[in-house]
Amino acid sequence: MSIYARRRLVNGVVMSLSVAATAFGLLWLVLVLWTLLENGIAAITPALFSQMTPPPGSAGGLLNAIFGSVVMTLIATLVGTPTGILAGTFLAEYSRGSRFGEVVRFINDILLSAPSIIVGLFVYELMVVRMGHFSAWAGAMALAIIVIPVVVRTTEDMLNLVPNALREAAAALGSPKWKVVVMVSYRAAIQGMVTGVMLAVARIAGETAPLLFTALNNQFWSTNLNAPMANLPVVIFQFAMSPYADWQVLAWGGALLITLTVLCLNIGARALASWSTFKQ
Amino acid sequence: MAADIALVERSAAQQGRASSRGDIVFRALTFLFALLVLLILGGVIVALVDGALPALRTFGVSFLFSDVWNPVTEKFGALAPIYGTLVTSAIAMLVGIPVAFGVAVFITEICPIWLKRPLATMIELLAAIPSIIYGIWGLFVFAPFVQQYIQPNLIGSLGQIPGFGALFAGPPLGIGVLTAGFILAIMVLPFISSIMRDVFETVPAILKESAYGLGATRSEVVRQIVLPYTRIGVVGGIMLGLGRALGETMAVTFVIGNAHRISVSILQPGTTISASLANEFTEAVGDLYLSSLIALGFILFVITFVVLAIAKLMLLRLQKQAGGSAR
Repeated sequence: MSIYARRRLVNGVVMSLSVAATAFGLLWLVLVLWTLLENGIAAITPALFSQMTPPPGSAGGLLNAIFGSVVMTLIATLVGTPTGILAGTFLAEYSRGSRFGEVVRFINDILLSAPSIIVGLFVYELMVVRMGHFSAWAGAMALAIIVIPVVVRTTEDMLNLVPNALREAAAALGSPKWKVVVMVSYRAAIQGMVTGVMLAVARIAGETAPLLFTALNNQFWSTNLNAPMANLPVVIFQFAMSPYADWQVLAWGGALLITLTVLCLNIGARALASWSTFKQ
Repeated sequence: MAADIALVERSAAQQGRASSRGDIVFRALTFLFALLVLLILGGVIVALVDGALPALRTFGVSFLFSDVWNPVTEKFGALAPIYGTLVTSAIAMLVGIPVAFGVAVFITEICPIWLKRPLATMIELLAAIPSIIYGIWGLFVFAPFVQQYIQPNLIGSLGQIPGFGALFAGPPLGIGVLTAGFILAIMVLPFISSIMRDVFETVPAILKESAYGLGATRSEVVRQIVLPYTRIGVVGGIMLGLGRALGETMAVTFVIGNAHRISVSILQPGTTISASLANEFTEAVGDLYLSSLIALGFILFVITFVVLAIAKLMLLRLQKQAGGSAR
């Protein structure tokens, strides 16, 4: 075989392998979504949204778990978003070139990828042990700690995309720095920052590990934030691992709900980001 | 007139003072919240060490090297979960890296431009799917498939090789270390491939075009131009994926079988640090049991921290090399 033919052959093989790898990756996405739809669609009934989690062997729904997930996600977002935005603002607007800023950025990136189960342990030690019982507050706090690094990162990235000319123009009109940040930088970066919050919500909507040690689970309807609260991921975990067929059906239904929510949030966030004024 | 001017000047000065006070307050506020990020990390370390102390005091260094895990006699050792964590992550890397590399090459070098965005988004959606979904899917769909089709073949072929075959010995159970590692591979694939894609995009077009101009094929350009230029970033991306794989919890918990033992065969059930925590933490009775689990968590934290820090440093180095254009 001539050198030329051999090189072409090698190229053909490598390129087909990379096409195959891409198809392989997409295959799993399709497979996972397909089985979710196949198994979950049967569980999507009015009862799923109107009844409580049942004891094994009787009919029921996931209302208390859906409520708990929504409440804890909401509190976590309300706590994590302002915290993350302010910290991100510091990194983007006040820390250019400072050592402290570099350290915070580095640590934040590590928190971003750190195992979520570690966050669960931390909040367990911090709140559950002190309070003496599991609670929805602890669950929400664990989720908030996961939200913070995501929002810090996107806020910083988005503020960095705001052209300096805008800041300079505002400063030249005599506005103090904080006004420049709040009324010019934030406004210019708002779409990107909202995207970041949406991605953070998508991330915590399906988080299970940190809730296992904090919010635990509750078979009944409960609005008491000081008590254990049902939530979709932990219910799915418990029901899927159980030997009862009707629990497993509910687990599939919950899994489909979570996945649809998360995917919608993700795709929505991406769409929003691509309409954003300042593109990278 | 003069009084007016003085008045204007005074109010301007007051305003200036007020706004500089606003500046100080706002700066301090953002600074405090940035500090909070460091405090969270500090808090995690303090809380884990504090919780792990009873176990570490009781067992000392032997905690790391003992594979006994007996809640009844209160003897605990971390070796089996550590081993399981490392082996599942190794399998995930063996499968995940080549696939992620293929995906990144396809998206940056072959794919038509109109397909780039949708394709990249779809691959990244793999990362958006919560880990518990992979878990339930792995338990009910993937594990039975592995048990029926893949494991019997592995046992029949590779399992028959003397020596090496011990890796594939035992009955086909479906769940086990191999299944867990494979699901981890799917989960880390999007993380690794999106970093590889990002760093591949930083290769200056002129370098690639010069190579094409000399008659290089695509695979030669990837091997001899793109890879050498982005080596550090690629390794950084791999380390980031590894960090994810090491700490991944729910997906592994569903399919690994939670058995505190070290088997040579990767078809057998095992456990990882995170799976032990998820399975046993809320049911642990006794302070020593609980403390041993927290000590496991601390070990996991140290391992992932080191891996992620190395990943981050490598990516930072690439960023500097590219003159800050990487981000």
